[in-house]
Amino acid sequence: MRGIVLALGLILSTVASALWALDIEEERSFPALDGSGDSELAILSTTDTVVFAPVIVAFQTRNPSVTVRYTVASTTSVFGAIHNEGAAFDVVVSSAMDLQMKLANDGLAQGYRSDRTLALPEWARWRDRLFGFAQEPVVTVLNRAAFAGVPLPRTRADLIRLMRDRPDMLRGRIGTYDPNVSGAGYLFATQDARQSDTYWRLSEVMGGLSPRLYATSSAMLSDLKEGRIVLAYNVLGSYAATRPDPDESLLIVEPEDFTHILLRTALIARASEQPELAAAFVDFLLSPEGQAVVDTETGLPAISAQHLRAGPHLRPIRLDPGLLVFVDPLMRQRFLSEWSSAVLQR
Amino acid sequence: MLGSIGEDRVFYRILVESETVTGYPDLPVPASPPSGLEPVYYTAEFQDVFVRIAAVERAVLVAGMPKTVSILVAQTQSAKDAIVAQMTNRAALLGIGFFAVAAALSILTARSVLRPVNDLAEAVGRRGPHDLRPVVRSVPRELQPMVRALNGFIGRLQGALTRTETFIAEAAHHIRTPLATLRTQAETALRLTEDDAMRARIRSMIRSVDDSARSASQLLDHAAVVYRTDQRTEESLDLGSLIARVCDRFRPAADLRDIVIATQLPTQPVTIVADLLLLESALRNLIDNAVKYSHVDGQIDVRLEQDAGRAVITVMDRGRGLDGAQKADLTDRFRRGANVGDVVGSGLGLTIVREVARAQSGRFDLTERDGGGACAVLSLPLG
Repeated sequence: MRGIVLALGLILSTVASALWALDIEEERSFPALDGSGDSELAILSTTDTVVFAPVIVAFQTRNPSVTVRYTVASTTSVFGAIHNEGAAFDVVVSSAMDLQMKLANDGLAQGYRSDRTLALPEWARWRDRLFGFAQEPVVTVLNRAAFAGVPLPRTRADLIRLMRDRPDMLRGRIGTYDPNVSGAGYLFATQDARQSDTYWRLSEVMGGLSPRLYATSSAMLSDLKEGRIVLAYNVLGSYAATRPDPDESLLIVEPEDFTHILLRTALIARASEQPELAAAFVDFLLSPEGQAVVDTETGLPAISAQHLRAGPHLRPIRLDPGLLVFVDPLMRQRFLSEWSSAVLQR
Repeated sequence: MLGSIGEDRVFYRILVESETVTGYPDLPVPASPPSGLEPVYYTAEFQDVFVRIAAVERAVLVAGMPKTVSILVAQTQSAKDAIVAQMTNRAALLGIGFFAVAAALSILTARSVLRPVNDLAEAVGRRGPHDLRPVVRSVPRELQPMVRALNGFIGRLQGALTRTETFIAEAAHHIRTPLATLRTQAETALRLTEDDAMRARIRSMIRSVDDSARSASQLLDHAAVVYRTDQRTEESLDLGSLIARVCDRFRPAADLRDIVIATQLPTQPVTIVADLLLLESALRNLIDNAVKYSHVDGQIDVRLEQDAGRAVITVMDRGRGLDGAQKADLTDRFRRGANVGDVVGSGLGLTIVREVARAQSGRFDLTERDGGGACAVLSLPLG
């Protein structure tokens, strides 16, 4: 009897996962350490398995009877699976703050309150729904060799001046995200535009130098290392910092006018049938032990209010409904068309 | 604008004519469309929560054609609810706190207000039955009228008691003197007459006169005891010699009926501090009782011992005993035993002994004696 139920369940779940049409990049199961396999925690994430694995292993050391199924997808796939298809996951981890905010605002996250979640700084959580567990600066990265003897741009105004003064050096050799294809790129661009008018001037000047557009940070950094581009604007600092760089060809600049801090957030899905287990994972993620693992083993900087106080130029992207403005399709369409006319100049 | 909302969930919807252009297409539109430039506000249910919605309408030219554009912005009420809940909780806590403090204070106040009254009541209640001194405690100003009234009452009571005792004493005194004259006359008449019947009558008359005289003198005794209880003069005296003296005084009367008074007194003096007159009248009444109720040829044992800081005087006879009556009954004023109808007595004797015992912080016990008779024990603290 039990076998039949199990088989039926397996078949159904296979069918169901096919129906979700979730564009899975990677899926891996971490079997329970004590082999019991009584409970399974399903995590849907945008963070690569290799990066996040230490956190899962540390969690399992504490909870040896828990099997963890870790599924990686793109930010838009993660959002779509939860928002439109009601996929059955317990915890959703994503770097797309705007889409996570939209999920929480639309009631797809369960509320959870504990000493750990309440201990988070105000800017690192939204109500009892979204919990930031890593803070990553959005930086400008330079090719060290190309910038030998050139004054380093410390602000966006410096960047504009540099582009105007040395168009020959930079033409075709500036890289940035294409917000049309990259969710992170869209978030960074819209937040820049929200923060300061300098962004549009910078975009127009950059657009005059035919920038290369990328979908991911790593592709941008590869080209930067190999010298195909010399300047990458709006790159996730954690990728630049943890990338193997034996000849120190990369030079990371945190713009001093403002440097946005991206929060990687976790939420407990409304569809979760084991919210206690999901809550235990969130608590672990936010605990000093979990944060230490995040900081030292994943290369993602842990939440630190102290670090923010030390750098007055660091501005966390505000985790509030303001993020929803640019998720609106009309606003998105308008922003992208403006961006296209500024950067692509057509 | 959305950024300022913070903790609440927000929803919006933009319509051109009746077609949703962007936002949440299920957000409810107002029941009546907004008029003019003023927004309408209303509450509606959306996604299982109640939201507060503001809606405005504007006419816009789209490709030369006027179109009505409606904008709806909604917000959940959790932040407001949280504030309301917090304020309610605070107000409730504050109220409870005030109540607790007020209750505690009122209990304290009531206690401290009532304490002098209780103290006063306790002080008055602790007094002995004959203590009629005025109250001189210091009391709060509010209680002074009560204490004055109480003292006035005590004064009147004492006056009334004194008058009564004085009256009794006066009456007894005034009766005793004519009685003595009457007895002398009767004895003279007895000697002069030869008629036996007349002699018998005169004898019975003399007995009645004796009876009255004894009652009068006991009334006097009692009045003196009550008076001296209030204003006694304490002095150090030897109890042994006092007992011997009183016994000697009764010997002639006892000899008439062949009764022996045997005393057993310690050779060392037994000193106590007491009022001589009070003690004397107590002893007199004890021994008088014993002589009165003893059989002819009997023996009365009078003993004085010391026991645990007290002098114990025991007077024992072989008379008719108590016949089951309780000592408490017999020591009431004018109360006599049921078995003494043929013996002259007023019923005051034991009352006097009891009063003296109380005045001198002693004890008086009356019990049946083993083998018949009564045993009276008066114990007094040694001085």
